[in-house]
Amino acid sequence: MSKHVAVVGAGIAGIEAASILNAMGHSITLIEKNEILGGHINHWHQLFPNRRQGRDLLEKLYEKMDDSIQVQYGKEITSIKPFSGKFIVTAADGWVTNADAVLMATGFDLFDAHKKEEYGYGIYDHVITSADLEEIFIQGEGLNPRLGKDPQRIGFIHCVGSRDEKAGNIYCSKVCCITAVKQAIEIKELYPSVEVYCFYMDLRMFGRHYEELYQEAQEKHNIQFIRGRLSEASENKQGGVVVKVEDTLLGKPLKLTLDLLVLMSGMVAPVAVTNMRDKLGLAKVDDGFLKPVDPHTQANLSELPGFFMAGTATGPKTITDTLTDARSAALEIDRFLKEII
Amino acid sequence: MQDSASRFGYFVSPDRQIDFDRNNHEVASKVAAAEPGLNWCISCGTCAATCTAAKFTDFSLRRIILQVKRGELKGLAREAQKCMLCGKCQLVCPRGISTRNLILQINRVLQSENL
Repeated sequence: MSKHVAVVGAGIAGIEAASILNAMGHSITLIEKNEILGGHINHWHQLFPNRRQGRDLLEKLYEKMDDSIQVQYGKEITSIKPFSGKFIVTAADGWVTNADAVLMATGFDLFDAHKKEEYGYGIYDHVITSADLEEIFIQGEGLNPRLGKDPQRIGFIHCVGSRDEKAGNIYCSKVCCITAVKQAIEIKELYPSVEVYCFYMDLRMFGRHYEELYQEAQEKHNIQFIRGRLSEASENKQGGVVVKVEDTLLGKPLKLTLDLLVLMSGMVAPVAVTNMRDKLGLAKVDDGFLKPVDPHTQANLSELPGFFMAGTATGPKTITDTLTDARSAALEIDRFLKEII
Repeated sequence: MQDSASRFGYFVSPDRQIDFDRNNHEVASKVAAAEPGLNWCISCGTCAATCTAAKFTDFSLRRIILQVKRGELKGLAREAQKCMLCGKCQLVCPRGISTRNLILQINRVLQSENL
């Protein structure tokens, strides 16, 4: 008899792991809190580093999904309880299922930029987040409806809600640096005469072809990188956003006015998942993400046999790393299910 | 001295903030047009570390490039002329910038703008 796996979260990690486990002959229920599959990628126009459409990546993943995978939409999981070698998985609407193994592919939430009040998100009209900008790209009408004119100067603020003790998050969200570079290039392609400034603490171009994209941003698009963290933003009478940073490479404070300020929101652990982690008595990390037994060799395992995790549930990851992690989780789950027979 | 005395020892500090909106960005765009390497600089400082002139003065190509980009041009023409064009910086630049041409172009533009 085939074993039953509950995959919580139908973002890219959940879809990938579900497809593979299903192909291995296990019975899969893929549980999604929203009414559609795909998670955050639904709201991402283009992906780094090769600028493919987010839509296109999802299509590729859906192609691999077999119809025998049972998908449950609109099910927000509120409780997972171990019960005589199985798990009882319960949703907010009362829906329940039993599973031999659970995979937490619960992903991340975007950092709420309102919390960095000094940056003016939700206060000034021309301060938006990286996620808002992706929606603008998807809508395809450019920035004019929001600004009422062609923009002349746009600034990107790196590390919003990341590497910031004051925001409660000391970790790096990994994807924002390269996303800012990608979005800056997209902006320059839409508005070639616009001046673009990226304000950063460190530029972390760790991935394959990220450095090349950064170089392209400088050489081909004349995007300027200023090393300094935004202290505060304010609005002038014309609706422009005045930013103040220390130009740390010149050792002087710098002030400039922008038509649009884009905040690169980082990743945070979903509160509901952190609560579930604590209810189950699993190991904690300060930042709320799930903690694997061993970060190198058992990155998908918890101390609870049968309870697995994949993707950004364990911390910020790129798409490439998330998919690799999901496949690795599928292998671990397959091994576990064979052992319990 | 007398001036200082009449101010009772007080003085007004000049604003040291970079006022990017008001600064001159013409020089940067003219230099970049003649030597695009201006925009490739990542401020790593290898040029300044290897510079012969920097051993004895506070000459720094890294800083000069940044000043041009920010439009902080006060005293820059005099500073930029301290380069002896030995070219050691060009040998070490990780971004492959033609640093010698860059400093020549900075000098040329600053002089032509009478700065």
